[in-house]
Amino acid sequence: MIGHVTALQGYLLLAAVLFAIGLAGALTRRNAILVLIGIELMLNAANLNLIAFWRYGPHPEALTGMMFAIFSIAVAAAEAAVGLGLVIHIYRFTQTTDLGQMNRMKG
Amino acid sequence: MQETISIAPNVGSSAIAQLLWLIPASPVLASGVIALLKQPKRKTAATLAIGSLGFSLVLALVAFAHVLSGWMHGVSVRETVNFTWIRVGTTNVDLGWVLDPLSVVMLVMVCFVGLLIFIYSTGYMSHDENFTRFFCFLSLFAGAMLGVVIANSLLLLFMCWELVGLTSYLLIGFWYQKPSAAAAAKKAFLTTRVGDIFFLLGMVWLASGTGTLLFYNNGGGSMEAGALATLLGQHAAWGLTAAGAIGLLIFSGAAGKSGQFPLHVWLPDAMEGPTPVSALIHAATMVAAGVYLVARVYPLMAAGALVGGSTTALTVITWVGAFTAVFAALIAVAQDDIKRILAYSTVSQLGYMMAGLGMGGVAVGMFHLITHAFFKALLFLGAGSVIHGCHDEQNIRKMGGLKSDMLVTTVTYTCGMLALCGVPIFAGFWSKDGILEAGSHWSVSKGPVALLIFGAVLTAFYMTRQVAYVFSGHWRGHKPAHESPAVMTIPLAILAAFALGLGLFGTPAWPWFQGFLNGRAVPVEFHALLETNVLAVSGVSIGVVALGILLAWVLYIGKSPKPEQPDVLEKAAPLPWTWLRNRLYVDEIYGATFIAFYAWWARVADWLDRRVWGGAVSGVAIVFRGWAQVNRQLDTNVVDGTFDKGCEELSTGGGLLSRMQNGQVQGYLRWLALAVVVLAAILIWSSRA
Repeated sequence: MIGHVTALQGYLLLAAVLFAIGLAGALTRRNAILVLIGIELMLNAANLNLIAFWRYGPHPEALTGMMFAIFSIAVAAAEAAVGLGLVIHIYRFTQTTDLGQMNRMKG
Repeated sequence: MQETISIAPNVGSSAIAQLLWLIPASPVLASGVIALLKQPKRKTAATLAIGSLGFSLVLALVAFAHVLSGWMHGVSVRETVNFTWIRVGTTNVDLGWVLDPLSVVMLVMVCFVGLLIFIYSTGYMSHDENFTRFFCFLSLFAGAMLGVVIANSLLLLFMCWELVGLTSYLLIGFWYQKPSAAAAAKKAFLTTRVGDIFFLLGMVWLASGTGTLLFYNNGGGSMEAGALATLLGQHAAWGLTAAGAIGLLIFSGAAGKSGQFPLHVWLPDAMEGPTPVSALIHAATMVAAGVYLVARVYPLMAAGALVGGSTTALTVITWVGAFTAVFAALIAVAQDDIKRILAYSTVSQLGYMMAGLGMGGVAVGMFHLITHAFFKALLFLGAGSVIHGCHDEQNIRKMGGLKSDMLVTTVTYTCGMLALCGVPIFAGFWSKDGILEAGSHWSVSKGPVALLIFGAVLTAFYMTRQVAYVFSGHWRGHKPAHESPAVMTIPLAILAAFALGLGLFGTPAWPWFQGFLNGRAVPVEFHALLETNVLAVSGVSIGVVALGILLAWVLYIGKSPKPEQPDVLEKAAPLPWTWLRNRLYVDEIYGATFIAFYAWWARVADWLDRRVWGGAVSGVAIVFRGWAQVNRQLDTNVVDGTFDKGCEELSTGGGLLSRMQNGQVQGYLRWLALAVVVLAAILIWSSRA
């Protein structure tokens, strides 16, 4: 099967792997910053999908996929800024970045 | 229900008529104030009671002067003040008072005799620790009695009548520590209640028949021609008209209060009360209330009579009165208790009054009522003085020779005795002769007058016997007797003067009293004394009185038998004496019939109550308790059980779910990821299929 992989499928596989790695990082890391990095990986996996579907889709001449990706990257940047700001504040407040201890929203 | 009090006086009633209510109100108010006083405030209590009754007497005299001046100008005064007490729908309950010759002579008599007895009581009751309570009750009685007198409405009269009954009960049972006094009070209350039930029935009938209970209301009252015509038109059972039937019912009430034959049993027992009470209530005033009531509703009693004829009601009244007069006089002959003799004498004299009302009309009966009030009050107060002087001894057999120790009492008592016997010149002679004279030409029967003449012999006999035992011979007691203080003897002297002189206002030569009550002018006509009929009656009357007195004189005066020895009459006729001594067994007959029946009926009712009604109630209760048990089981097991179970499940479920909310963001993300995987798997699987 590997031999018959098309370019699109290759990109999608890569994106899936990237997403899986990001998800695993976000779920397993205790450090809040590493979780953020995981989330960034998942976002970029999604971006990769957008680009791949646009490049190998029916209308590569329209720049829709590119626009989505750029928007997404901008949002991701903002998200990273907010996320890091939160992490720093939480660190100042609790003197730790360990997510295991951040359970004050327990129901 | 709407309650309004509006005084709407009819046109032309004078100021004194408007203020007539003050006469009963003042003693009632005094009684209320005395009730709030402390025990030791004896002087204040007595002053209040005497002062308030004195005020009433002044007002009564003003009212009397008003009526008298009207009479002298040839006007028969009858002024009423009526007002609506309660208004229910279209029905008004009216009350009111009336100022007329009948009420005014009664007012003066009650106030005057009452005042003397009040003054006397301050001496008689001076050692009693409940002195203030006594004056409280006495004042309340005076107010209620005066209320009876002025009432212009049968309802108001009835209310005051019941108040009078209540105070009578309270005063007979004044020494309630004595079981006999408590029993006598109860007996008096219950016996008069029997009569009052009939009275109430008559009142209700009168109200439904005429639509009003006012006596006089400018032509609209129940004692005026219109209402009487209506009542005469209605027929009750046994050939009686409604007027006659109502009259008889009201007379039953009067018979209860005035101790007429079947209901007389309470009056002798009422002597358990303090002697001033016996004098005021059970001789002079309250027992006369029955006679006064009959006089008040006389138009009803006499409704439908032809000229010179009688009505069923009047005939019944006459016969009951005449029978009671002889019956009680017979019993009085064989009694030894000084107050009991006077009590039976009162019953007997009340019989005379009733017979007088029945045969001769209001004036004849009322004249005897007024004179009797004075001399019987005198006799009772004299008896009180004797009892006081003899250290609470009441048995005449253990007295004797008091004429040397108690001179004032002896003289005044003898005046009273002569007046009661009907010795000429004394008040009782004229009033009793009036009754006998009316009886002598009564169209229905000559029986009553014969009975009354026989009663006159007995009266003279038993009074002479009593006086002989008490005052003549020698002293048979232990401690020597002493004369009573002036506060007691002065009222005696005043009353004695009236017992002597009052009769002059109603002699055949100058029948002022009769003219005053009937609204006629009365010239002085000495030749009236010499008319055949009057002369014959006077002759017979004097003859029988002389016979009675002589007989007793011979048998008793100066004999002084020892208390253990039998009476002279007992030796002569032991069997009738035993009967009379035991009051002709009326109490025993009542005990064996009515009281036994009531006791039996009470037992039946008790059994019914316990077994039948009680059983039914308990049965129902058991059924309901069983049903309640079932409900309880249902409630705890089914309703509560279900609910509790549901709640438990919910809380367990909540507990489980709450474990997911552990605050770990990564935990939430894990669930999210898992859900995405599951969702993706489902999508893939479903698209595959």
